Amino acid sequence: MLEVQNLSMRFGGLLAVDQVSLDVREHEIVAIIGPNGAGKTTVFNCMSGFYKPTGGKILFKGGEIQGKPDYKISRLGLVRTFQHVRLFSRMTVVENLLVAQHRHLNTNLLSGILNTPNYREKEQKSLDRAAYWLDRVGLTDMANREAGNLAYGQQRRLEIARCMVTEPELLMLDEPAAGLNPAETKDLNQLIISLKEDYNVSVVLIEHDMSLVMDISDRINVINQGRPLASGTPDEIRRNDDVIKAYLGEA
Amino acid sequence: MAAHNLKHALFCAIVTLIISYPILGFNLASEGTTVTLEGAKTSTVVGVLLAAVIVFLFQLFRDTLMGSLRQLPAVNPLTNRKPMEQSKRLKLDSVLLTLMIIGALIWPFIASRGAVDLSTLVLIYIMLALGLNVVVGLAGLLDLGYVAFYAVGAYTFALLSQYYGVSFWFALPIGALLAALFGLVLGFPVLRLRGDYLAIVTLGFGEIIRILLNNMTNLTGGPNGIGGIPDPTLFGMEFGRRVKEEGNTSFHETFGIAYSGEHKVIFLYLIALVLAVITAIAIRRLMRMPVGRAWEALREDEIAAKSLGLNRTAVKLSAFTIGAFFAGFAGTVFASKQGFISPESFVFLESAIILAIVVLGGMGSQMGVILAAIAVTILPELAREFSEYRMLIFGAAMVLMMVWRPQGLLPMRRIHIELKKQE
Repeated sequence: MLEVQNLSMRFGGLLAVDQVSLDVREHEIVAIIGPNGAGKTTVFNCMSGFYKPTGGKILFKGGEIQGKPDYKISRLGLVRTFQHVRLFSRMTVVENLLVAQHRHLNTNLLSGILNTPNYREKEQKSLDRAAYWLDRVGLTDMANREAGNLAYGQQRRLEIARCMVTEPELLMLDEPAAGLNPAETKDLNQLIISLKEDYNVSVVLIEHDMSLVMDISDRINVINQGRPLASGTPDEIRRNDDVIKAYLGEA
Repeated sequence: MAAHNLKHALFCAIVTLIISYPILGFNLASEGTTVTLEGAKTSTVVGVLLAAVIVFLFQLFRDTLMGSLRQLPAVNPLTNRKPMEQSKRLKLDSVLLTLMIIGALIWPFIASRGAVDLSTLVLIYIMLALGLNVVVGLAGLLDLGYVAFYAVGAYTFALLSQYYGVSFWFALPIGALLAALFGLVLGFPVLRLRGDYLAIVTLGFGEIIRILLNNMTNLTGGPNGIGGIPDPTLFGMEFGRRVKEEGNTSFHETFGIAYSGEHKVIFLYLIALVLAVITAIAIRRLMRMPVGRAWEALREDEIAAKSLGLNRTAVKLSAFTIGAFFAGFAGTVFASKQGFISPESFVFLESAIILAIVVLGGMGSQMGVILAAIAVTILPELAREFSEYRMLIFGAAMVLMMVWRPQGLLPMRRIHIELKKQE
């Protein structure tokens, strides 16, 4: 459903991403790994429309999306999280989830002020969806707390819930396990698998935690210094000499 | 540390002397055609020296002093009380609101004419501050040129009435819509700006409007302003002693009561009250709607908001437009109340005062903003006895306020949303 073809991104004299290709099929978890500064997040930023790539194509459900405005890409069903949690920290947990459903709501000012049945129905639906996902990630008790006051692990889960209420088809997670303890990482593991199994969402993730990556990924792409290094199943990657070299240095 | 404090304190005291002595320590005395310089009275010189000593002592013990200042709120028994229960608080809120509105309705019939006039001004500032609260408090866009939209509203009414004889009630929506249009137009160039840069551009915009009004002499009368702006009418009844426009009747004759200048003042007050209440309710409603949440989301994290499919352009423009709309409302009422407007009324200081109201009240908090609007408008009037020191007192009050309650009088409280339990 997502196809990245020969993606390049140049910042002045620096070629941050060079001819990277990857594809994500439906019902699949794909990981992007690589050493720090390899250009993984840059690939993400191009895919989600934060950067306009200097070369290559990105196809989502058959349509070209490279260079489209970020909010339009997100409305197509391609939603991402961030390396550093980006919540609306002075809004409550529920409000965070309601904002995310903006495009599913009746945003007509008049119908809102007059409180029309259609407006109320949509508000209620979005509240129900928010309640469902809060329950799913175990944050129901926190519903009316300010998001900024949650513990770090909870903030991570809220960020994923916030993406899921938008009903995406492809979820992009940028280092979802960063800063989590082993128990929390395990929970996250389960959550990501269940997103795929129960909600039929494809996932692309960037991650440094190898146990997580090897456990849940169907396929892995390795990027090094902006160039694609290898791709394949976890087992193939584990045995790939180039990958070992890139990670451990030349022996 | 102590040595550093001493040096700093000494420096501050000397600066105080350098600044104040030449200004206060000498007088210009004119004898016939010659002007001579002579030393001031001993008491003034002593005063200046005393001030320097006070500055010195304050700077020397500043850390301890400021520390104990910050302790003060802890003495206040209200700071440490437990938050009230949700249902109880809501009930209290609605009771208070009802009482406030009833009080505001009775007020003009018991207060003096001057007090009612001042209250009308307070209500105008409440409208302005509530509107700016949308832009600054909710959407987080620092707007220093807000007074421009106020001016657009006021001048729309003044010009329409002067050239086309349009009445207040027709001009009210036109003024508000035109101000909203200006808000939209200003919104486009500043979409990409944030924080300081945005503040500077909006400041510039405010000045452009004022200078245009000042210089388009043949249309706006320039610095001479526009006078003779008609008062609002009540279903075709005028409040003047004699009917100005044909077809209208006069209020006192229709009801068979003696003419009194107070009727007009009270009527204007009531119009301002109704409009202020409408403004408050409309914005309160907007805050709970998707667009209100989108404003706040954009303030909190623009990148995250975009990644969730919010159109930054639309959200920002809506904040500017709606904020400007209510300024236009206020402007029309202002023009009608004064009967005369000139660019003098729309200087930068006005923008600064409205912004101060929003910050003092607590960004995003409607109740806080209303209280602050009352305080900021009435305080200088109360301090009128101190004549030249009133701005000083006003400034000191603001500084103390920011030290004690940087979050504002009544900080914004989040709306509690009840969720249905999942089975």
